[in-house]
Amino acid sequence: MSSLTIPAGMPQFDDVPRFDVAAVRADFPILDREVNGHPLVYLDSANTSHKPRQVLDVLAEHYARHNANVSRSVHTLGTEATEAYEGARAKIARFVNAPSVDEVVFTKNSTEAINLVAYAFSNASLRADADPRFRLGPGDEIVISEMEHHSNIVPWQLLAERTGATLRWFPVTDAGRLDESGLDDLVTERTKIVSLVHMSNILGTVNATARITARVREVGALLLLDCSQSVPHLPIDVVDLDADFVVFTGHKMCGPTGIGVLWGRGELLAAMPPVMGGGSMIETVTMARSTFAAPPARFEAGTPPIAEAVALGAAVDYLTGLDMRAIQWHEKELTAYALDALATVPGLRIFGPTVPVGRGGTISFALGDIHPHDVGQVLDSLGVQVRVGHHCAKPVCSRFGVPAMTRASFYLYTTTGEIDALVGGLEQVRKVFD
Amino acid sequence: MQLDQLYQEIILDHYKRPHGRGLRDADDPTDRVAEAHHVNPTCGDEVTVRVATDGVVLHDVSYDGMGCSISQASASVLHELLRGREAGEAFAVHEAFVELMSGRGQVTPDEDVLGDGVAFAGVARYPARVKCALLPWMAFKDAAARAGVGASPEVKA
Repeated sequence: MSSLTIPAGMPQFDDVPRFDVAAVRADFPILDREVNGHPLVYLDSANTSHKPRQVLDVLAEHYARHNANVSRSVHTLGTEATEAYEGARAKIARFVNAPSVDEVVFTKNSTEAINLVAYAFSNASLRADADPRFRLGPGDEIVISEMEHHSNIVPWQLLAERTGATLRWFPVTDAGRLDESGLDDLVTERTKIVSLVHMSNILGTVNATARITARVREVGALLLLDCSQSVPHLPIDVVDLDADFVVFTGHKMCGPTGIGVLWGRGELLAAMPPVMGGGSMIETVTMARSTFAAPPARFEAGTPPIAEAVALGAAVDYLTGLDMRAIQWHEKELTAYALDALATVPGLRIFGPTVPVGRGGTISFALGDIHPHDVGQVLDSLGVQVRVGHHCAKPVCSRFGVPAMTRASFYLYTTTGEIDALVGGLEQVRKVFD
Repeated sequence: MQLDQLYQEIILDHYKRPHGRGLRDADDPTDRVAEAHHVNPTCGDEVTVRVATDGVVLHDVSYDGMGCSISQASASVLHELLRGREAGEAFAVHEAFVELMSGRGQVTPDEDVLGDGVAFAGVARYPARVKCALLPWMAFKDAAARAGVGASPEVKA
């Protein structure tokens, strides 16, 4: 065996932070269970991740000890709940390096966060005195990509319908990368917002956004990045990304369902009209009219998902404790391993990048012409949980000429043994259907 | 649950060697011909079922589609069971199949009525796959109604 020496002064292999996967797995109670008589092999973390005991405990503890409504009570429990809720906001702001804690808006999920921005555009478009950056009409353009989750397509289609603006999109290359070749024609002075996925939920592609960001700045448009699949898996720094809005969701990053985040540049959030009206988002209300609170409260009408936010804060603590760079590296190793292992399966075709560069640990594939539902069903009988179907990204399936795909996705608790179980399971699938 | 309850040999046979696949024109030009295209939005399975009838007998039940083994085998069985039957008989079979699929594995199928359709008894225990099995049957019901036989068209699932 030959060895490679990395020159002194360069980052060395051992510099990468690592963690003990077995110890991590011990934190996740669900990983102990069996499915159909086999140990659970959970390869569907891009759909939703599991939750460590540290998060589950905080969730239970909140309801057991600190339950009260937030932002309106002078009593002790109300103060504790408010401190926990706002404390979670601060943790999340630090986690993505938000310049200000007030730039973190809690939502239900990424879908709601994207819709919030789209409806802010919509509402601004109805008012002549609104900030012109948010006003849309015929002749204006919204740019997305063919790689988006439905949640980053449909809200913009609806916005275009409401305002008369035109929806345009980046195509996807055969290799599953964003096709930026038409960037200058696609993103122009007519563009008001570009909304792109950072990491594809179906192809696993991690988009390099720097060129697009530069063009967006040049034409004076705004940039939203859907980081639902990247925030859980990579260190994300919103300042470094230089986006205007970043959305992500708690349940994919070891947090509970029902809590997501819209990060927006403070100055932009302040210029946005409210979307949902109700309690907590106002400054003052008379019977004739209301004035509105500053962000983030302006966008958090009604009682928010308090315990969920607090538990998301615990999830962020958990991820930070392990070090996001270590999680990223763990998944990079798994992805390289899985790409090699899947290449040994006869008749298997991977959709998306086939090298572990510029991609994350989400791999979609076809096994001959066996329908993904059948693939998933046989794998399930062996305890292997993968997602099958169109993955809420039908345009991607159409782009690659298939109605559905089978997807395996990894996270911090995934092991190479589980990838072996997948590959072994695929052999079983071929036996049933060949 | 045992996988072979779901993937019975009969189902795999119909999937690998489908009977009567392909959309056909009516042999008798006086027949009423109508079709319905149904999709399962959760998985992207699609099937088109076409019915040719004189109003009494279903002279042909042809189909085309793409999807999983369950949905495509189910279309093949549908063709086998309903082609050439009187409309009233066909709807009795239809009803029996829907009842079987809605029974969560508690319904004992009658082979005299359902023929190869009895193989789908195991599918009823997999709630996620019931829709796959029913897809061609729901498309059939719509197509038949459009051809003027049977119940009123259903809203597409």
